[in-house]
Amino acid sequence: MIGAIAQYLPPMLKGIGVTVQLTLFSSVLALTVAFLLGLCRLSRYSLVRGISYTFVEIIRGTSLLVQLFWFYYVMPFFGVEFSAMTTGVLAIGLNYGAYGSEIVRSSILAVPKGQTEAAIALNLTRWQRMIHVIIPQALMRMVPPFGNLLIELLKGTSLVYFITLADLTYISMTLRNTNYADSLIIFTLLLLIYFLIAQLMTLGVRWVEKRVTAGRLA
Amino acid sequence: MWNRLDWDWDYTMQFLPHMFSALKVTIAVTFASFAVALIGGLLLAMLRRARYKGIAYLAGAFVEFIRSTPLIVQAFFIFYVFPISFNLVLSPFTAGVIALGIHYSTYLSEVYRSGIDAVDKGQWEAAKALNFSRMQTWMRIILPQAIPPLIPVLGNYLIVMFKETPILSAITLMEIMGVAKQFGSASWRFLEPVTMVGLLFLLLSYPSSLLVRYAETRLNRQRGS
Repeated sequence: MIGAIAQYLPPMLKGIGVTVQLTLFSSVLALTVAFLLGLCRLSRYSLVRGISYTFVEIIRGTSLLVQLFWFYYVMPFFGVEFSAMTTGVLAIGLNYGAYGSEIVRSSILAVPKGQTEAAIALNLTRWQRMIHVIIPQALMRMVPPFGNLLIELLKGTSLVYFITLADLTYISMTLRNTNYADSLIIFTLLLLIYFLIAQLMTLGVRWVEKRVTAGRLA
Repeated sequence: MWNRLDWDWDYTMQFLPHMFSALKVTIAVTFASFAVALIGGLLLAMLRRARYKGIAYLAGAFVEFIRSTPLIVQAFFIFYVFPISFNLVLSPFTAGVIALGIHYSTYLSEVYRSGIDAVDKGQWEAAKALNFSRMQTWMRIILPQAIPPLIPVLGNYLIVMFKETPILSAITLMEIMGVAKQFGSASWRFLEPVTMVGLLFLLLSYPSSLLVRYAETRLNRQRGS
């Protein structure tokens, strides 16, 4: 069994690289999209609110895999062709960004009204109010749910298997296809690796949580 | 550039019957795995409150492990490892129901847990004072109070699970996405099938989610009054 692990681990490590890269890039995109959409959902202008709402509902109403396929197989019809990596980052980032926008929106709404009123009394502009008063407080509420979202995102990256991007899942599957007898070892290893990455991410999120709440929460 | 985007209605019409017959598979697999998740989730939630700390800990570890690994890998495990290592050959449908059901039972266990925690502690004590057995306390006192407020959240998870079913096409289950892939690959034209599948998902899940939201606000109003 040790021999088998020694045989499979090196190629799987390469896959981990792709999975981590994919997770990192799509997390950045997802967080950006989440903030943009979350703020748009709270805009003064009904048109902005309407468009962002529609966008979020369309993304949430179809499923990630369908979106992945759509970007990969349908976009070329529009004359836009992406690499598998770019497709993965775009689809995953937009999808989890749409879910994340709900976190941003509800966290901002959860900041007590008195904060807004105080900021108005201090003659801060709308923009200053958001940047200096509301968002720093909302951020504390956002971290734990964003942590969960990032774990979901990590799991979601495994779907790039369908568009033949050589991530951890895809590589393990090709290993399995040539070594049927070792399926148990390969898939157990695969599950353990995902579990490990998720645990590391959870630790990271806890650290961020501590930093963000330091001196703010009793 | 744009001339390549010529939507082919004939092609679309050819695809639709395939899609609608596969929709039966999608819906069957959704409800079957939801049933598994409802029961499994409740079981896990109860185990996590077991008197024996070892059992409670194991249940917690199981939830944590399943929740932090991808559904597709779990499906592969059940579909490809079980026949070889445990001599258990499963159809794609059965394997899919088990994988999706177990995966979401860990999510539902958290939902149940929140409901159970919300039941007043005095209820447990009262049950004890009335000499109820542990099982009677669960069945007659705690769960009847814990579960009804959870119905909208459970409904939400039904929709989430519905949207996860395309993943099961990886273990060759011919649900709507699997059929779209197969249909499209014959002529290497995916525009229409994939778009139609997306529309179908939207058409079914958006109204359902509105229904759940409506149920949620009604429930909140009931509790508020």
